Amino acid sequence: MLELLHDYWLYFLVGRYPEGPLGGLALTVLLASLALVLSLPFGLLLGLARLSPWRLLRWPVAALIHVVRGIPLLLVIFWAYFFLPSITGHESGQFGTMLAALVIFDGIYLAEIVRAGVQAVPTGQVEAARSLGLNYLDSMRQVVLPQALRHMLPSLVNQFVSTIKETSLGTIIGLAEVSFIASQVNGLVLTKPVQVYFLLGMTYFVLCFSLSRAAFWLERRQARLLKAAA
Amino acid sequence: MRMFDLNFLLAGDYRDWLLSGLLLSLQLLAITLLLSLPLACGVAMLRLAPSRLLNGLGAAYVELIRNVPLLAHFLFWYFGAPELLPDTWKERLYAGNIEAVSAITALTLYTAAYMAEDIRSGIRAIPAQQFEAGRALGFSFLATMRLCIVPQALRLAAPPLLSQTLNLWQNTSIATVIGVAELMYQTQRVEAASFRSVEAFVFASAAYLVVSLVIAGLAAWLQKKVS
Repeated sequence: MLELLHDYWLYFLVGRYPEGPLGGLALTVLLASLALVLSLPFGLLLGLARLSPWRLLRWPVAALIHVVRGIPLLLVIFWAYFFLPSITGHESGQFGTMLAALVIFDGIYLAEIVRAGVQAVPTGQVEAARSLGLNYLDSMRQVVLPQALRHMLPSLVNQFVSTIKETSLGTIIGLAEVSFIASQVNGLVLTKPVQVYFLLGMTYFVLCFSLSRAAFWLERRQARLLKAAA
Repeated sequence: MRMFDLNFLLAGDYRDWLLSGLLLSLQLLAITLLLSLPLACGVAMLRLAPSRLLNGLGAAYVELIRNVPLLAHFLFWYFGAPELLPDTWKERLYAGNIEAVSAITALTLYTAAYMAEDIRSGIRAIPAQQFEAGRALGFSFLATMRLCIVPQALRLAAPPLLSQTLNLWQNTSIATVIGVAELMYQTQRVEAASFRSVEAFVFASAAYLVVSLVIAGLAAWLQKKVS
């Protein structure tokens, strides 16, 4: 196993970079971070639309959420892979395809997190804001959302863990993220599949476990703060 | 581009491929459910057992499995793990349907880790007096769990367990990476043979969606019944 690490650690971390495109673990983290950052505003909009008082906005968004949650991410990736080029007019490449699929998929899941976060804010807060003369959008923006976002923080960290795990599906469309690189290394070494895939699993574990601990810590701190405030 | 036309999927080879894929996906779902539920109960027991060592074992299982993507599990159980077996077993495995065996192993271990947590929170929602009453009547830890706590806890845990079933249903699609001929695999096969991507993907999306909606409907109905 040490020999494996010694020979391939750089390839595992960054792929063929700087001679070729960035890959490996660095690409996994970059893709997951970009996906989370880009899907946040998307999820926020969808979540608010889902809660909006206008049926014409609420129903189509609810339908969209049900449909996307009903199909596997893999299928979303394939839809993006085959139809993004015909919509945008040019090839989006594996990275662009994967990013688009993740933003749509995560945006939908974030919408539900946003909804739960907003619903956790006591209704008295909205009523107070409305009676102070703020309109619906202003009371959301200035009163409800800042509180809701604080509630959502642990869920957001957990969503990031899911996103990191989801990037592994990029392998299927040939994106050179860390799982793909591991399969390449396995093909080069040939005799050590157990070690290669064990290392891959452990890499993900270290990354995701530390993040999920962080979420757990945030959750406990939040519970303490809420108790102190009450 | 030709007009959208689903009819060609409804006859001949393509229909047979897609139907066999759907059937295999459903089989994966059923077998994994049957295997992972008892395993999940066992892991939940470990996490609640009156021994730090057993608690630690249960927690390690859950965290080690949940923090690694399912894809990596598939790769390990398909390419790696069979190499660890003794030669006679290995031969028998390679002669049989190794793809399906690896897929079911990976899916079962993965699903059980999530279900164990749902069952555990179901158990913790049962008032402690129930447990104390069981023990006071002279039942052992395991007997109290089996006769008194778990039956009540499973009823509470049913809605979250169904939503794990929903995840499991979607996760079966990832088995396509190791070449299990399930729905996703057959969809790609039809797509490659017919060059009609829209129709093939519409069929797959509709099939996944319908089964998902049935499971979600069941969950909503149970949720109402429980509360």
